[in-house]
Amino acid sequence: MKQLQRTSRLRTAAVGALTVCGALVLSACGSDDNSGGSGSETSKAAGNISCGGEGKLLASGSSAQKNAMDVWTQTYQSACDTTQLNYKPTGSGAGIQEFLQGKTAFAGSDSALEPGEVAKSKKVCKGGQAVDLPMVGGPIAVTYNLEGVDDLVLDAETLAEIFDSKITKWNDPAIKKLNPDAKLPSTKIQAFHRSDESGTTDNFTKYLNTAAPGSWKHEPAKAWAGKGGQGADGSSGIATNVKQNDGAIGYAELSYATGNDLNTVKLDTGAKEPVEATTGNASKAIADAKVVGQGKDLALELNYKTQAESAYPIVLATYEIVCDQGNKKETLAATKSFLKYTASEDGQKALAEKGYAPIPEEIITKVRSTIDGLK
Amino acid sequence: MATDHPPAAADPAHPAVPLKGATRKGDRIFLGLSRGSGIALLAIMAAIAVFLTWRAALAISADEANFLTAFEWDANATPPRFGIAVLAFGTVVSSLIAMIVAVPVAVGIALFISHYAPRKLATPLGYVIDLLAAVPSIVYGLWGALFLVPHLSGLYEWLDDYFGWSGILTYEGGAARSLFTAGILLAIMILPIVTNVSREVFRQAPKMHEEAALALGATRWEVIRVSVLPFGRSGVISASMLGLGRALGETMAVATVLSPSFLIHASLLQPGGGTFAQNIAAGFKEAGATGRDALIASGLVLFVITLLVNGAARLIIARRKEYSGANA
Repeated sequence: MKQLQRTSRLRTAAVGALTVCGALVLSACGSDDNSGGSGSETSKAAGNISCGGEGKLLASGSSAQKNAMDVWTQTYQSACDTTQLNYKPTGSGAGIQEFLQGKTAFAGSDSALEPGEVAKSKKVCKGGQAVDLPMVGGPIAVTYNLEGVDDLVLDAETLAEIFDSKITKWNDPAIKKLNPDAKLPSTKIQAFHRSDESGTTDNFTKYLNTAAPGSWKHEPAKAWAGKGGQGADGSSGIATNVKQNDGAIGYAELSYATGNDLNTVKLDTGAKEPVEATTGNASKAIADAKVVGQGKDLALELNYKTQAESAYPIVLATYEIVCDQGNKKETLAATKSFLKYTASEDGQKALAEKGYAPIPEEIITKVRSTIDGLK
Repeated sequence: MATDHPPAAADPAHPAVPLKGATRKGDRIFLGLSRGSGIALLAIMAAIAVFLTWRAALAISADEANFLTAFEWDANATPPRFGIAVLAFGTVVSSLIAMIVAVPVAVGIALFISHYAPRKLATPLGYVIDLLAAVPSIVYGLWGALFLVPHLSGLYEWLDDYFGWSGILTYEGGAARSLFTAGILLAIMILPIVTNVSREVFRQAPKMHEEAALALGATRWEVIRVSVLPFGRSGVISASMLGLGRALGETMAVATVLSPSFLIHASLLQPGGGTFAQNIAAGFKEAGATGRDALIASGLVLFVITLLVNGAARLIIARRKEYSGANA
């Protein structure tokens, strides 16, 4: 009897294991692969890195930078094996918090420091303060899923009205006007926004608020303020839902759009041709930004209303945050050497492959000279 | 214990010594260890409670809106405005839907395993249900978002067609990411817990009662109705409360399938609403100092709700003690 029971137990365990494996395989089908290129480029770049310092280099912050950090870490680590770099994508808020508590060497953030945070930073940065270094730019793509429409042009006004539930059907005259040749169905528009607080939402609503102030009256914020629509968790949640629903529209970093084969909206910015969301076009828009940071701080004010040829204005510029003076002695050399690499030509070039936009030459030169002067 | 019950009129030659015998070294060490860990546990709990209450008090005193009734959550704004009304509603409603769906099914499965299924089938079935309980909630969440949500629109339309007149089941199209969907997903998640505990209770139903019922000419169903179900009732209630506890606190699965907003719709099928745990998961990463305290305050409210629910369950069970035997 005992023997019998044991074999049946074994058998059920096997059945169970099979069921679980099946479930895993199923869920794996839906996971998003957002890493565009392979690691082929990494070995080439390794030559120009000057290593410095040793030991652990801790950093945390913006999850929008995660893929960029991954590439950089991999390349940097293969050249400099005395430093162990560890970037935790905890979100910008938590990243700044940890940096201000002195737990990390630098923070990644989707938005520049607030005045209050700069004041607090004087505690950690002995004799100095925290500064913003723009390092990673990224286009925010507006993705949509509409049967029979592969080419869609929208402008800031219509986007604002769509995301604020003022335009609710795809064949609305405002959309028709911008797409005279498209066959627009009468499908209901399902607008998806981020349900978690995020820098992507912050930048997207900043764009709507600046470029279409008449149609978007909500204050830009990390939490979604628009009316109606549906919320989804994370950029991957947006991508999944846009893919699943006919008539859906949403916004996410470009890598999520390309990784999920989603159509992206072309923007009518007032330039001659509608602008597509590409990394190159995003860099052109960032080139139109003004540096508003004081002293060594290089916080940017993006020009969302830019009408420059093929400049894609819905971009986010993310920063690395370090002390201009008073960085921790143990990590200063390593921080400088790593940031020098990320701001270098090779470092910026590696970005484009992952759906990020390199920071344009003018600004990145300033970043480099600030990094050289870090103490 | 030994001191509570002195041996009345004991042998005068051996006063109380045999009962007090716990004086060997090992006994003392064990006593110290267990007493120490008991005290440490209480101290840690108290420290956590003090910390949470303090942070929550900070947030609530900074709150410009009514913490209990406001329909908004702008905890990071200056001045911060937030309220838990929507979260409390969403948490309770999604958990209730989960209970309404899961408990009858779970009791059915438990009865099938304990009283109907042949042994060869019952044992593996029991193991499979145990396995379901071990699946991490994020996997349920992914399955919910990728499979359940796209396949629920049909059910939603049907509900709208036949019950739309009620006002609470109207559906206007769009992705089915409402409190109702969250409730169904939660039902699937709590099913294994409720089933397992109920099954164990039904198994312990006294054989004598069942045989007596059979001897009186009862059918299988009548046996279950007159002997097994009354005996297991309090056990099923405890099992449901365990499940309800999980449903109230479930985070990732709800965060993946629900489209949250700080509005309460009359219809359960409309996207919107939110739960405490989901809101904390969504807001924590980018929260500022006040925002974080506000989330902690909302967590405390969830704690109180859970406490009330458990207290209610204890009351119900205590009232039905006569049936419960060993399972009170």
